[in-house]
Amino acid sequence: MADNKKTAEEKRRPPEELFHIGVSPHVRDRDTTSSIMGWVIAALIPLTAYSIYIGGLSTLTVIICSIAGAVGCEFVLQRFMHKPITIHDLSAALTGLLLALTLPPRLPFWMPLIGGAVAIALGKQVFGGLGHNIFNPALVGRAFLFISWSKYMTTSYLQKPVAWVVNTSTIKSINAITSATPLFAMSEARKGALDIQASKYYLPLLFGNPWGCIGEVSGALIILGLIILLTKRLIDWRIPVCYVGTVMILSLIIGADPVFSALAGGLLLGACFMATDYVTNPMTSWGKAIFAVGCGIVTVVIRFYSHLPEGVMFSILFMNGITPVIDRFIKPRPYGVGKGSAKA
Amino acid sequence: MAGFISSAKRYFLTKGGVHPRQNKRTASIMVFPGPNPEQVIIPLVQHTGAPCEPLVEVGDRVLVGQKIGDSDAYVSAPVHSSVSGEVAGIISHPHPTGKDVLSIQIVSDGLNELSPEVIPPGDPFQISPEEVRKFIRDAGIVGLGGAAFPTHVKLAPPAEKPIRTLIINGAECEPYLTADHRLMIERGKDIVRGALIIKHVVGAEEVIIAIESNKRDAVQRMREAGQKDGMHIAVLPTRYPMGAEKTLIRTLTGREVPSGGLPSDVGVVVNNVGTAAAIADLFEKGAPLIERIVTVCGDGVAGNANLRIKIGTMARDVIEFCGGYVGGRGKLIFGGPMMGLAQYSDRVPVVKGTSGILVLRRENLFIKEPAHFTCIRCGRCVRYCPMNLMPYALGMYADSGIWDKLEQFNVNDCIECGCCAYVCPTKNPLVQLMKVGKEGLAKRKKKLEEFEHSFSEEESVG
Repeated sequence: MADNKKTAEEKRRPPEELFHIGVSPHVRDRDTTSSIMGWVIAALIPLTAYSIYIGGLSTLTVIICSIAGAVGCEFVLQRFMHKPITIHDLSAALTGLLLALTLPPRLPFWMPLIGGAVAIALGKQVFGGLGHNIFNPALVGRAFLFISWSKYMTTSYLQKPVAWVVNTSTIKSINAITSATPLFAMSEARKGALDIQASKYYLPLLFGNPWGCIGEVSGALIILGLIILLTKRLIDWRIPVCYVGTVMILSLIIGADPVFSALAGGLLLGACFMATDYVTNPMTSWGKAIFAVGCGIVTVVIRFYSHLPEGVMFSILFMNGITPVIDRFIKPRPYGVGKGSAKA
Repeated sequence: MAGFISSAKRYFLTKGGVHPRQNKRTASIMVFPGPNPEQVIIPLVQHTGAPCEPLVEVGDRVLVGQKIGDSDAYVSAPVHSSVSGEVAGIISHPHPTGKDVLSIQIVSDGLNELSPEVIPPGDPFQISPEEVRKFIRDAGIVGLGGAAFPTHVKLAPPAEKPIRTLIINGAECEPYLTADHRLMIERGKDIVRGALIIKHVVGAEEVIIAIESNKRDAVQRMREAGQKDGMHIAVLPTRYPMGAEKTLIRTLTGREVPSGGLPSDVGVVVNNVGTAAAIADLFEKGAPLIERIVTVCGDGVAGNANLRIKIGTMARDVIEFCGGYVGGRGKLIFGGPMMGLAQYSDRVPVVKGTSGILVLRRENLFIKEPAHFTCIRCGRCVRYCPMNLMPYALGMYADSGIWDKLEQFNVNDCIECGCCAYVCPTKNPLVQLMKVGKEGLAKRKKKLEEFEHSFSEEESVG
């Protein structure tokens, strides 16, 4: 009896003689999914803080409701499906924040809540969770809101102008179309309905744009976020550079102001934070470049040749759908296969 | 200026690779003689190829350098006794690869009496390459970089493939390890002499000694040693896995070894600096391969050192010699942290391919891996793969057993360097999945062949 008891005890105790085994490599990089998502959120914090400073309480409400909708929906769905709860990896929070940045600042609180929930439910969880979705979840949420309540989505723009950026003469010349975004104003100007120069918008678009979505308040802060992501080597430089570059070159060819085209609308935010979403863009460097150029072309086509003033959202969603095709055809040439290998 | 251009070129020819923390704490510590063990256990398989047959019986007295195991096969290398004493048993014993292997247990008498077999074979430049290869085989010399491929086979490339370049590999890209680094500093002349012998055997036109840029002192020492004999010292960018044969060849020559081929297909032979020094030892003193330099390092062992250790010494004796364990029991790794083999027990002998013994504490250990393959498609594995493969796709297909896709994505070109698993943010065990994939593919191919074979037999009968 005593012997049996002893062996049972010994079995429970970890054997001191033995070591852990496991396959190599025995050391790993520090980056994890949650640390990457955390860094992307950190890169967005300056922009978010500035937008709250400009937009005030209504902006804050939209951001909080959107994040709450996304995280809450992920929690409820995973609980309901008896899957491990993964809200701690911060990807749902990032989706919620990105969605909020693409929304107008004066929405009623229930819209970002629904948008966040739809982003996670229809954008991510129906495909099987993180890593399996085809479309960018935040943009799925925005597209849903845009199509369902387009009246709110296009008229809740106006914010308090920042005095040192937007001078009175600019305000006066834009007064006729108080709630219009710069892109809408420019498309009116192209038709001859308005007399306004694109260069007047440069300064507000960079440092304090009162007409547009929450995330469009400052191009400079988006670029700051991009620099953070690039120095941490979290995203590939090809996507923002090729996307914005394509839009600028095509605008120049068409005859629009290229700098205005790059700064206006959601282009910078989309190119730096939406198109670079890991899950929904191609895996290879060349694939990423093709993806970004495609986004640029679709954006310009929508902006100049359709009745919508803005095309970033649909261009990225469109190219997300083409990503599997790009991945199928663009593959790296393996070492020792094909040209360059045989010649001695 | 020319040097700058060639190093810039090397930088651009480098593709993929990672920068793990180097932890080369023993880089400035001289090589010391290791422990004098009471007994050694010498496995009869320490190389890639056919296992040896024992040449001694239980109760025999053996001397240092005496041949105790050999094989008739061509791809094989004999083993020698590293101590003098009595053969206590021919037993099945754990081997660093994880299997139990027939091994010869010798109880040392502490005298280390040299065998009369050990005599210098004479000037290698006066005899034919075939004879040099025979001496190298008899001395049991294998590649000391880790894979332990028999050197005499490596030095006998097929006649239709002339060798243009001989690369002496002193890159040592694995973190922690400094055995080759110290060898280059302390025995540069011997490495150069060994390199000249290898050059003579394979008939190479040029010799390149490749060293990573983090070993400035070794570069300096090798330049001094090799200047007279026209050795070219190449400084490589510091990046893991620079020392892997295929990446080394691409970085230095711009040529790529064809998939499934050998370095001789592009006119290159690669040898480790340790192998070159062992060959120099053989022709100077007649010494067979009975000891090697091993780096003992890590936060789980009291003293870090570079030791000259007799083949067959137990890891336990080596670690006791270095002051014993510190902290909780974590991992005991033979080799470096990126490609080394984790051991379950410290009763494992040091073999010819053991370049380091690494002890990691439990407290700082990485052991948390996801239960299932989860991928967020970040593309880092593709960006860092030195072989230009798509590890995420290979991992996915290996996990779900889609074997023909694995072949389509060139799973057999994977060198298992571990870069993909190192950078993976979801911590997928990608190297494990590659191994699973390779084995599954081989099994499936064998089955298909068997099936076709039986089918054609049936047809011929019918």
